[in-house]
Amino acid sequence: MTVITDALCPFCGCLCDDLTIVVEDNKITDVKQACKLGTAKIMGHHRIKAPMMRKDKNSEFTEVSYEEAINEAAKILSNSKRPLLYGWASSVCEAHKKGILLAEELGAIIDNTATVCHAPSTLAVHEKGLPSATLGQIKNRADVIVFWGSNPVHAHPRHMGRYSVFAKGLFTEKGRKGRKVIVVDVRKTETANMADEFVQVQQGSDYLVVSALRSILSGHADVVPDTVGGVPKEQLIKIVEVLKTAKFVSIFFGMGLTQSKSMYKNIDNAISLTFELNSFTKCVITPMRGHYNVTGFGQVCAWETGYATAVDFARGAPYYNPGETAANDVLLRKETDAAMIIAGDAGAHFPADSVRHLARIPVVQIDPYWNPTTEVSNVVIPVAICGVEVAGTAYRMDGVSLRMRKMVEPAHPPDTEILEKITERVRELRGE
Amino acid sequence: MELIIKNGTVYDPVKGINGDKTDISIRDGKIVDKVSGKATVIDAAGRLVMAGGVDAHSHIAGAKVNVGRIMRPEDTRSGIKPRTKITRPFTGYTVPNVYAMGYRYAQMGYTTVFEAAQAIMKARHTHEELEEIPIIDKGALTLFGSNWPTMDFVREKDMDKLAAYVAWGLLASRGFGVKCVNPGGGEMWGFGKNVNGLDDVVPNFDVTPKEIIVSLMKANEMLGLPHSLHLHCNNLGKPGNYKTTIASMELANQVKASKDRQVMHVTHLTFNSWGGTNWGDFESKADEVANYLNNNDNVTGDMGQLIWGSATTMTADGPVQYANAKLLHAKWGNGDVELEDASGVVPIYYVKQISVHAIMWAIGLELALLTKDPYKMLLTTDHPNGGPFVNYPEVIALLMSNKKRQEEIKTLHEAVHARTKIPEIERELDFGEIAIMTRAGTAKVLGLLDTKGHLGVGADADISIYDIKPDQIDPSVEHAKIKSAFSSAAYVIKGGQVVVKDGQITATPPGRTYWVDASVPRQHTNEMMKDIVKKFKNYYSMQLANYMVQDEYVTHAQVVKAGAIPVEVN
Repeated sequence: MTVITDALCPFCGCLCDDLTIVVEDNKITDVKQACKLGTAKIMGHHRIKAPMMRKDKNSEFTEVSYEEAINEAAKILSNSKRPLLYGWASSVCEAHKKGILLAEELGAIIDNTATVCHAPSTLAVHEKGLPSATLGQIKNRADVIVFWGSNPVHAHPRHMGRYSVFAKGLFTEKGRKGRKVIVVDVRKTETANMADEFVQVQQGSDYLVVSALRSILSGHADVVPDTVGGVPKEQLIKIVEVLKTAKFVSIFFGMGLTQSKSMYKNIDNAISLTFELNSFTKCVITPMRGHYNVTGFGQVCAWETGYATAVDFARGAPYYNPGETAANDVLLRKETDAAMIIAGDAGAHFPADSVRHLARIPVVQIDPYWNPTTEVSNVVIPVAICGVEVAGTAYRMDGVSLRMRKMVEPAHPPDTEILEKITERVRELRGE
Repeated sequence: MELIIKNGTVYDPVKGINGDKTDISIRDGKIVDKVSGKATVIDAAGRLVMAGGVDAHSHIAGAKVNVGRIMRPEDTRSGIKPRTKITRPFTGYTVPNVYAMGYRYAQMGYTTVFEAAQAIMKARHTHEELEEIPIIDKGALTLFGSNWPTMDFVREKDMDKLAAYVAWGLLASRGFGVKCVNPGGGEMWGFGKNVNGLDDVVPNFDVTPKEIIVSLMKANEMLGLPHSLHLHCNNLGKPGNYKTTIASMELANQVKASKDRQVMHVTHLTFNSWGGTNWGDFESKADEVANYLNNNDNVTGDMGQLIWGSATTMTADGPVQYANAKLLHAKWGNGDVELEDASGVVPIYYVKQISVHAIMWAIGLELALLTKDPYKMLLTTDHPNGGPFVNYPEVIALLMSNKKRQEEIKTLHEAVHARTKIPEIERELDFGEIAIMTRAGTAKVLGLLDTKGHLGVGADADISIYDIKPDQIDPSVEHAKIKSAFSSAAYVIKGGQVVVKDGQITATPPGRTYWVDASVPRQHTNEMMKDIVKKFKNYYSMQLANYMVQDEYVTHAQVVKAGAIPVEVN
């Protein structure tokens, strides 16, 4: 029996690093400290056993060797005029680097799962920047916490205990008792149930509510109508007072803000509110990133290409124009003629028309798990699970990088190895 | 592998070579006294030969550089070059991608560059980027000036623990030296405030910036680190700050150097040599700062020269960046790091007709021209704060040609006449002085003079050859030629390998990463670690076991041993 302490959880953007893992005969038998979601992932389920291929999307898969699958994947990609390499969020940075190199060599588009998640936040960052802080700064200092369009009770179960609502630090000895918690959402979530102040916004009215808060903050409460986006003016005034008089405000926002009406403009506005609050108090704002290493892809992609996501290498040099070069842009325009989906599930999360196009073109899937993307794939290459069976780097939602541990020996090769082999084979096929 | 550079006009100030025709022999990546007849010959044909450039202060890797990239797609778009058989794509101007960082430094003849600031907690990120910067040798300075353990040990006056913490922090971050940014200010910014002078007390920690600076200098010298304390002064970005700068420099007198170098390096002085009381009466006090340096031998500085056009300011000085963002109505990246420091990123555009910018442009040049000894004033742009490093050749040309300066002054806001001394300064630097400001001096200040910054036997074979014939050029008149030649080296040799020819990259070997392993008595580390363990238990948001940068992130390490006191081996 081996006990691994201080292990990292490969589930959500909290990237908890205090897990204890018990391993017996190369099997994980116990996971301590992790939440239900993390435990479920680490304990494992529904793996793809062997590489698989099929002639067309209507026929059944047959098991093949890794060599055959890699060869076919390389053929599909090198024959493509407009390949898309998508996913990356549930893999380590070491794989991202290999993926970006492959995209460069293929002249492909590379994009990650942020495209249906926090990519609007990136657009807002282009406009306004990002005044943020590490999660420990918030744990030690924040006396007002705002969750806007995010529901950590369900999506980031340990966030409130480790970093925000309940966390105790040097200037926050009382934990929950010393904090005010404001939740803004369209429905009364379980997180909202725990709030001191719940602000129920009408669907799609977040932008208006942020604007009203900014107006009140800048001394123009007179222009604010009696209700804004379903929120009474008195409540807005009260919230501004709480924010202004805090010692340290931390705003966390989720997909309720990034993927609702106004999308990136919501974030743009929320960052402006953060900026302006710093004339009164200290205020930081942090996206609640979903997958454990979706942040890492943005980091690697930025230092290698200059852009965080949606990079098009068709010209040999990186080109970036979301709206034109993001995964769903090229799928909806039916521009993509082959796709590799790795460590992300386009089949489950993309708009129906995008998935329909994926069903029409050759698709290579690289993933430990059978998922809806498998159903639209021609070649499926199972890999080891990063952070459980493979060590590597991941970035927490606040941009802190950590090294994931290997807990057990894998039965499948790591995705870095598969990507290297595909790249080598692509070079051979192109006579390079 | 052997190589010989023949017929070069060599400038190697460390060896007293000032434009002599000397051959340079290279074997196995080092400079040797002779090679066999089989050596490959590079005929320099009378052209200028210098050691590879060394940069002691540039923001090339890590969290805040990447924040700059993510914030500024408009910057990434400039300077794009597609991949070739040899090179990955180049992108960006003020915040280039990792590949362009290495390629562009190499193209200018620079072979060693130090990242100026990393928080320990974010050092893994710094190293991930450093690993991918091709060709050049590099390292990173680690922030200590607002760290809670630093302030605790300073308050307790426990120098043994402080030295042990610095040694451990360098190991944890795989850092090369001790950086101190707006000491105490990083902690104050945690609640949106700042310190305003050397004697302000940091609340809750009960220490002053002065105490932090002096204690860190002492710890630095107790450990005998290769580099001295590297200080970004308090009050940066505020008119009148030259007084704080000089008062900070005076603190160096309290500490004796453990090595033949300064005890304090004060960085990017363009931003710290300001007179006046507001933006209206803003003026240069570069003469006062240069005068201090001329009369004292224990402090060095670097320029942080301002370059016209786009820049991205990035610093651990969080409060100054919020002030900048407000002043400029610019986008604002902020990155507080728990228990350690702050940071901020703000784009700026330097304009000739803005009086403050014109004066700042003059300040950098005044500093370089009024400081008599070029070993005391290194050439930097504080990349990308004053402007991107690709503009070093422009700075070299300005320093070598009064004519160029006078032409430039004609295009600037008139304040440059009344509020700086630059119009009257006639000094023109020669190739030897430029070699000091960009090679010998930087290597000496960093404590790397044994292998870097010169062309003597035993030095690393990092050499640049420029398409200039020093005996046939008048830099004062032909400044455009100077700028063009320094922008695009004829040859660059890194570790004995030709990496640039005619300004084009020919090979992309990985560079090495320098970090300092300083030994301290085991019991000091044990005592210090009791405090660190408590910090992790109660305050950090991560586990101590996951904090240190692992070996996987420093695959080409060049470990420099330090530590004044012999200690037992693990």
